[in-house]
This record gives sequence, structure tokens and C-alpha cells, in this order.
Amino acid sequence: MDWSKHKIFETNSIVLLIGILIVVSIGGIVEIAPLFWLSSTIEKVKGMRPYTPLEQVGRDIYVREGCYLCHSQMIRSLRDEVERYGHYSLAAESMYDHPFQWGSKRTGPDLARVGGKYSDEWHTLHMSNPRAVVPESVMPGYAWLAKRKLDGKDVTANIAALKAVGVPYTDEMVKQAGADLLAQVDPDGDGAEALQKRYPKAQVRQFDGNPEFVSEMDALVAYLQMLGTLVDFTSFDASGPNLR
Amino acid sequence: MTSNTQKIAWNAFSDAMAVAGSIGGIILGLVFALAGRDDMIKFHGWLFAAACSVACLILLMRMFDDEENVDDTGYFDGPVRVATVATIFWGVVGFLVGDIIAWQLAFPVLNLDLPWTSFGRLRPLHTSGVVFAFGGNALIATSLYVVQRTCRARMVGRWSPWFLVWGYQLFIVLAATGYILGVTQSKEYAEPEWYVDIWLTLVWVVYLLVFMGTLMRRKEPHIYVANWFFLSFIVTVAMLHLVNNAALPVSFLGSKSYIIYSGVQDAMTQWWYGHNAVGFFLTAGFLGMMYYFVPKRAERPVYSYRLSIVHFWSIIFLYIWAGPHHLHYTALPDWAQTLGMTFSIMLWMPSWGGMINGLMTLSGAWDKLRTDPVIRMLVVSVAFYGMSTFEGPLMSVKAVNSLSHYTDWTIGHVHSGALGWVGFVSFGAVYCLVPWLWGRKGLYSMKLVEWHFWVSTLGILLYITSMWVSGILQGLMWRAYDQLGFLEYSFVETVEAMHPFYVIRAVGGLMFVVGSLLMAWNLWKTVYGEEPADLRDQPRVAAAPEFRESPAMARPAAAE
Repeated sequence: MDWSKHKIFETNSIVLLIGILIVVSIGGIVEIAPLFWLSSTIEKVKGMRPYTPLEQVGRDIYVREGCYLCHSQMIRSLRDEVERYGHYSLAAESMYDHPFQWGSKRTGPDLARVGGKYSDEWHTLHMSNPRAVVPESVMPGYAWLAKRKLDGKDVTANIAALKAVGVPYTDEMVKQAGADLLAQVDPDGDGAEALQKRYPKAQVRQFDGNPEFVSEMDALVAYLQMLGTLVDFTSFDASGPNLR
Repeated sequence: MTSNTQKIAWNAFSDAMAVAGSIGGIILGLVFALAGRDDMIKFHGWLFAAACSVACLILLMRMFDDEENVDDTGYFDGPVRVATVATIFWGVVGFLVGDIIAWQLAFPVLNLDLPWTSFGRLRPLHTSGVVFAFGGNALIATSLYVVQRTCRARMVGRWSPWFLVWGYQLFIVLAATGYILGVTQSKEYAEPEWYVDIWLTLVWVVYLLVFMGTLMRRKEPHIYVANWFFLSFIVTVAMLHLVNNAALPVSFLGSKSYIIYSGVQDAMTQWWYGHNAVGFFLTAGFLGMMYYFVPKRAERPVYSYRLSIVHFWSIIFLYIWAGPHHLHYTALPDWAQTLGMTFSIMLWMPSWGGMINGLMTLSGAWDKLRTDPVIRMLVVSVAFYGMSTFEGPLMSVKAVNSLSHYTDWTIGHVHSGALGWVGFVSFGAVYCLVPWLWGRKGLYSMKLVEWHFWVSTLGILLYITSMWVSGILQGLMWRAYDQLGFLEYSFVETVEAMHPFYVIRAVGGLMFVVGSLLMAWNLWKTVYGEEPADLRDQPRVAAAPEFRESPAMARPAAAE
């Protein structure tokens, strides 16, 4: 082999720069680009819908507090995981997640299907003082979430931004975002029915048990309680087709 | 004469541009400070305006200085010194935060249950602190030092290298304060929000221009191998940063944004980024460091030129494919997982090629391991590199990954690379650089380096062995079945089982912090010109170049 040919890179910084750029681009182009156009990447399933404004605000709090650093939301297709957490996660179940929250570490358990497993009271108490309900837990306490008020003022802009990056919110959903946020914690109010029409399976109740105001705790519990509840796995057939 | 007047005119122009830039920065900062839509961005606006005001003041003071005082011949080392000090400072801070969160996992009461002190907000502070603040400054310092020496050329730019180092510190402060206040986009190692990302992009472009400009000015016909690695690190990190951080701000005056990708595509993009933050930030850049400081300190040539060519092109080509091994058995399509695993295994070979090239450079100088703790640190770093780059491909195998993923084994693996390889190669480089940059006859104390080496090495061993045990234990407990075919352990039983290992890990981390404090003290004394306590034990190369020529000057007479 004629090693002196490498001289062209060693004596010309621009050639070296271009050479590097070409070599480091290939892997990403082959692995990432097809995911955007191969339809088999995300097999559509029945039941998926965008998050309600309250759930989305809860999700943003989940992101803000770095919950993903200890909790995954991705059940792998392994026997013990499926038995511990439920059906393995489908690509479609995170198709509206900006950003994804699959996580990389389980200091705490996976949360992909935590919705409905515990009561609202359990979540509120656990979040406020984790060791009050799980003595061996190493989770930080988040009692202060229950004291922070949400007014639903900013949520419209957030939902509009999510629509702009591709989440299929309708114009009406964007317009009603503020009202929908308040409606989800007000089961006796007028907005609940319209909310559930826009967002099927949306759970409407007082999540943190404090009717005085809508708190960040309400939003976070609402988000946790809907995780993994949208796809009905009693009618799901892994061998497909589930395209609806 | 004309060239001199041209130069003065050019300098005046660049001064004017620098002042205009800093005033622009003040205005931009004030816009965010006054019109910002949330408290976090307002705070960052004030911070940005304050930083730009200080820069503007210093620029104006310098402009009225006597032009004669500005020496622009020889190497341009001021910014290198700033980045070196920043490396040590951020290193201590980053390690300390890491150890605090390690204790939090052992004793959760240490979270204090306040928003600003919980694990979830401090963990990105630790990772960014060590990767970008410590590692990044070490890379900036060494790359700018090495490129000038190996090109025999002064670094280009009058203010741009200063903008690079101080702009980078501002990036760190904006990112770090943001994490504590809850400003994050949650992509691991890419947590800063959109406006901090834009600022980093600007700083990084200047970095590339300064580095490329200096390469182009070289008086050596060939570009030295260390610079290939530094250049690939700068270019690739730019590409990764731009693609992975593509986000839409909710408002151009607010801190919140949404990543444009979702779900599977976002996961793949993130781990393409995340793994190559390891591959290019923490590997390629630090290999550049190895290729200069190991031969320089050992006073031996690089073992094999051909191996460095093969190793360079193969490592940068293969690394970029390895990302999907972070997503085995997930909803990422199987073909991508298999590609990621295959390339991760192939990556073992060029990694060990680099290790062999670094270690074999000591051929004929192995005795220095006994006498020079600095070279021992450099060599042990390469050994840790070899170990982690064997462990990595092993963990990328799907069957192994099904056990190791989501557990502390990954954390242990990362730290054998981060503490052992990145940490030690940086310490070795900084121990070389400080006497060279500040014109000292040697380090203040070789004995302290010896202590740093042993305390940190033992700390690393405690860290990684405890994480191996806890990781494998937890992985096995998760998948254990009892005789009746039910899962044997509840999740919280596996959390409880981790406690002793978390304590051992935190002790190991504490030892690493203590080691770094010994280093900071030693280098502080060196910079302040304290006469070295054990000069006669130091090799000739420990001294700044001006003291190296005559051995009599560098060392006192051997006679007592």
C-alpha cells in the first residue's frame, strides 16, 4: 500500500476537513433518514391521540424536573419486562412525544404504563413524600408542586407550537386549550364533555384533591394517570394488521 | 512600512468590530431581560447583558492602551491559559456535584425536597459540568496550544480566541443556571434550551475558524496527527449539535421550545448525538491530546504513523453508526438496532489501534512510569481507554445489553471511560501545560501528583467495581423467577439492594474529588511561582521550554 497518498490530507487542511465531513455523515444518513419515510417504522394503532392541554403541561413538568433520568418509558420486548410492566411499548405510543421520554436508566421503575395502576391519592402522597408510601424509595420529594398554581395562560402558545412541529391538534383544540386545561379538573363544569369529545379517554377529576386551584401536581398526576392507557391491548393483535 | 500601517488599520477595525459586537450583546441581553416572557429568560437576559458589559469595558480599556505593549509575535497563549484555569475550576465543580448526587442516591434526604437541589435538576449539572465545562475547556486549551506548536504558527485572530474562551464560559454559566432553574429540553448531554444552543453554535463556529485559520498559517508542510483528531472533533460536534437540537421555540422571547422530532425518530437522533458526544467529544478530541502529550512527555516519537492513519479514518467512520445500541429491544426498528450493534463491535478494533499506538509510544521509555507520575497518569488513562472500549462493544451485544441496559452497569462503564480515560489524560495534559504556559521550572510538587494519582485511581476502582456489582445484580434481580414461574422480586426490593453499592460508589467519587483538589492546590502553587519542592525528581520535560536547554538550570546540582 502506498502510504504517501495520505499526503493530500496531511498537507491540505480544506481537503482534510471535507474528508472528515463526508466520512462522519454516512452513518447518520443511513440510520436516521429512512426512519422518516419507511412507513413500517411506526405502525399505526387505534386509540392514539395528542395529549390534552393539562396532560401536556404535566408532561412539560416531567421534562423540567428530569424525571426521565431515573424512570424509563420504554418497555422492552423481553419476558420479564412484559410481565412486570405490561405489553411492550409500541412506536406509535410515543409518536406525539416532543421530545421522546424513553429514558436510559431505571433507578425507579418504568412508567410507560403506570396510568391507572395507582390512585390519584397515592400519586399525590408519593410525590409529596415518597418514603411515606414506599419506605425504601430513593426518590426526591416534590411537595412544592401542589403549591404552584397553573393559570392555563401559556398553554395555548405551547399547544400551537406543538401543532407547528407536527402534532395533529386542530385549530379548535388550540383555541380551546386554556379552557380545556381548566375543564379537566372540573368534573361538574360545562367543559368536561367537550374536552372528552376532543380527547377521547381523557380523565376528568380533581387530581391532587385540592379544589381551590389547579396546581402543577394536578397536571403531573393527570399525565401519569394517562400513560399507556390509550391503546386497548385486549383488542390489539401483535401480528397485525392494526392499521386504522 | 505599509504592512505596518495596514496592520494598525486592521487592528483598529477588529477592535471596533469587537466593541460593536459587545454592545450588540448588551442590547440583546436587555431585550430578553425586559421583554422576556418568563423569569428564567429574563434572568438569563440580565446575565448575558452583564457579561457583554464587562467584555465591552475591558475592550474599551484595552483600546486606549499603548499599542506598543501588545505583543503579537510568538505564540498566542493568553486564551490557552484562561481555558486551562477553567478546566481545573470546572473540573472540581463538576466532580463535586457528581459526588453530591451520588450521596443523594444513597441517602435521598439529601435532595432537601427543594426544586433547585433535587437529583433530576442536579444530574444534568454534573454531566454537562464534567463533559462540557471540564472536558470542553481541556479540549480548547490543549487544541489551541497543540495547533500552534505543531504548525509553528501563531493562532489567528485578535479578539476571536478571547471570544471563544470567554463565550464558552458564558455558555457554561447559562446552561448550568438554567438546569438549576428547570430550563431543559431533556435530551441527555444536550439539555440547554434553544437560545443557549444558538449561543454555543456561534462560539463553536469561531472555534472552527480559529483552528482552521491556524492550520492554514502553518510553517510545517504536514498537519500533525493530533490536529486531525481535534479537527474531526470540532466539525463533528458542530454537526451533531445542529441536528439534535433542532427545536421550535414557543416564543422567541421565552425559554421553552419543542424538539421538532418525536418518538422513534427523536430517540434515534438523540442517541446518534449522545453516543457521538462520547465518540467525538470524549474520544476523538482526547485522542488528539494523547497524540501530543504522550510522545512529548515520554520524549519518544509516536509508535506508528500508519497505525495512526488507519486508526483515525476507521474510528471516525465507525463511531457515528454506534448510536442505536442505546435502543436495543425498544420500538426502534430492528434493522437499526442490528446495524448499531454490528458497528459497535467493529469499533473495538480501531479503538485498540489507538490504545496500542499510545502505549507503544513508550517503547524504550517504560522506566519513566516509575519515575514520572505525570506520564504514569497519561499511560493509565490509555489503559482505561482500552478497557472501556472493550467493555463498550461487549455491552452493545443485544444479549448482554438486555441485562445491562437501564442498570448501573452503564453508569460504571461511562465512568471508567470518563474518570479513567478522559479525566486522567486531561490531568496529565494539564500537569504538563501549567509549567510550560506560565514559564516555570517544574510543578510545585511531584509528590502531590503522586498522591493525586493513587487517591484517584483507588477512587475509580471503587466506583467502577461497585457499579459492576450493583448493575449486574439489579439486572439479574429484575429477570429472576421463582419456582412457580412468577417474578421473584418487586422493583423496590431491587432498589433496596443497591444501597451498599451506592455508598461505596459515593466514597470512590469522594476520593476522586479529593484528588482533583490536590491537583488544584499543586497547580495554584505552581502558577504563583512557588519554587518547586522536589525539582530534582522532575524530568527535564516538566520545565517550560526556556528552562530545558541547559540541564544545570532546570535542576539544582545533585550534590546535597
